[in-house]
Amino acid sequence: MEGIPLAAYLSLGAVMFAIGALGVVIRRNPIVIFMCIELMLNAANLTFLAFARYHETPLSRIIDPNDTYMTGQMAVIFVMAVAAAEVAIGLGIIMAIFRSREEIDVDKLNLLRG
Amino acid sequence: MSDTNLTPAPIDWMALLPIIGVTATGVIAMIIEMIRPRQTNNAIVWCCLIGLGVSAYFVLANWSRPAEETFGGLFMNDRFGQVTQLLLIGVAFITVLFSEGYLREKRVPFGEYYPLVLWSTVGGMIMVATRDLLILFLGLEVLSIALYVLAGLKSGEKRSQEAALKYFLLGAFASGFMLYGIALIYGATGTTHVTGIGELYALRETLVDRYPFNVLYAGIGMVTVGFAFKAALVPFHMWTPDVYHGAPTSVTGFMAAGSKIAAFAALIRFLDGAMDLSSVWLPVLTVLAVLTMFLGNLVALVQRDAKRILAYSSIAHAGYLLVAVIAYSKAQGMFDVEIGYGTVIYYLLAYGAMTLGSFAVLSLTARGGREGTLLEDFHGLWRRAPFPAAMMLIFMASLAGVPLTGGFVGKLLIFKDAIAVDMLWLALVLAVNSVISVFYYLRIVLAIVVREPDLHPTRFAAVNPGLFAACGICGFLLIWIAVAVDPFMKWISPPEQHAIELRESPPESSVE
Repeated sequence: MEGIPLAAYLSLGAVMFAIGALGVVIRRNPIVIFMCIELMLNAANLTFLAFARYHETPLSRIIDPNDTYMTGQMAVIFVMAVAAAEVAIGLGIIMAIFRSREEIDVDKLNLLRG
Repeated sequence: MSDTNLTPAPIDWMALLPIIGVTATGVIAMIIEMIRPRQTNNAIVWCCLIGLGVSAYFVLANWSRPAEETFGGLFMNDRFGQVTQLLLIGVAFITVLFSEGYLREKRVPFGEYYPLVLWSTVGGMIMVATRDLLILFLGLEVLSIALYVLAGLKSGEKRSQEAALKYFLLGAFASGFMLYGIALIYGATGTTHVTGIGELYALRETLVDRYPFNVLYAGIGMVTVGFAFKAALVPFHMWTPDVYHGAPTSVTGFMAAGSKIAAFAALIRFLDGAMDLSSVWLPVLTVLAVLTMFLGNLVALVQRDAKRILAYSSIAHAGYLLVAVIAYSKAQGMFDVEIGYGTVIYYLLAYGAMTLGSFAVLSLTARGGREGTLLEDFHGLWRRAPFPAAMMLIFMASLAGVPLTGGFVGKLLIFKDAIAVDMLWLALVLAVNSVISVFYYLRIVLAIVVREPDLHPTRFAAVNPGLFAACGICGFLLIWIAVAVDPFMKWISPPEQHAIELRESPPESSVE
């Protein structure tokens, strides 16, 4: 592989994941939190793809490199499908809350505590 | 592995039948929901009960077959997977049994509830029967996404909405961690199968010294964080009390029992694969176990709401289970100690029965769309519903670990295992916590049996046959597994061990 090294992709993935995780912790709007979660999932996707493209591991003697190559790409399709299902459910829940309260700030959702 | 010819590897459909059975039952239940007369859900309930029974039969039909992987290594058919699948089917069965009366009193008589419970079960069954991390993730999401919807089932009630949103956001956050961890493990090993970790470790001598084992460690750590969220281990437990409190009670019961069984079984599968690196993760899990037991029990002491008490108690029980997992893992690295997964399964069964049973009894306060879950709301329950109240005594005794109940024997087994692997101090922590827990279980018992309603008598829902049966089954199971420990342990142990015991036993019988 010429050009961009594996480390560049992995660093981008790690930074995206960190931004996403930080966003979940500090943001208060559920939709933004949800966007941050999507960012985390996509960081994982990018990591999968980068590893799939540069598929030399010490186990390459045991595992067929083509299998390694396919696994990473397949994983991304799976994750995209899962993320789409999560969007459908998540936005449904947020809509239900907005309809009955007219606001969705997570700090104001504090009926349950103790 | 990858022949260039296009004939796929033979697929063992027989091993998949239980999962197919539960999925198909859910689909049929959904169709009945669409075409049924609007008044009752009885047809759906019966369809689900029969379908779950047939699926349990399918599991038993696979029972004596040798352990093997099918679907190109994606699906593991062994005794451990079969037993945990059976447990999950049982949890779904009992949930379906007592839900209908509760949902009607709660004014959420939606037929969609039942397919969602079944599909959530399917997710759990996939999780426990795979050693491939990607499929495990898929199963986890199927389990969780159905539960997010179920937690928000009473969409007009603010508590239920809040529980659904919290569960959803934290659950998705946790699955993000798990997925990133899987990606890192995949990067280090080149496969998503857990056995890759062991194979990589076996090659460590031949590798150039710079090979990034750190990537593998980070991956294992993040996957463990994902599991810790699902299994409600401290410090990843904060969603548990809120979600258990806000969700409809029957859903809480299912969530507490089913999702914990699936999470712990999958955790064992994962740790089995990463066993060579146990010196790295065992200390971390030990710290988590101690924190989980203490926090769960101490915070439960000051709660006033019965559902929250049981939520913290379920956190504490996750701690006990983790001790069993630690003992099991540690014994794998020792030559003179042999500990199977039997203790974990035994405790999961006992935990499932007592938790599900007690939430079934708690669901009796729902009436006419309202539901009070404070301890005061249960005053005088034993007069109104003597049988569930009596069963509740068994459940509480078992949760607290009173002798002659499944909970006691389970704790005893964990205690013995912990001592066998030289972790006496951990066993003592467990014992101390067990004593602490007696106090808050006693408060529930007092509220139900001794206290009388003061001003306005609480009105309870009528006991329906489903709830009667659910309590009865759970209570019977708890007593039965306490009496028949050895036959049960033999029944769930893998067939290979049977073979060894059989070979050893003839000399004894000839002596007699």
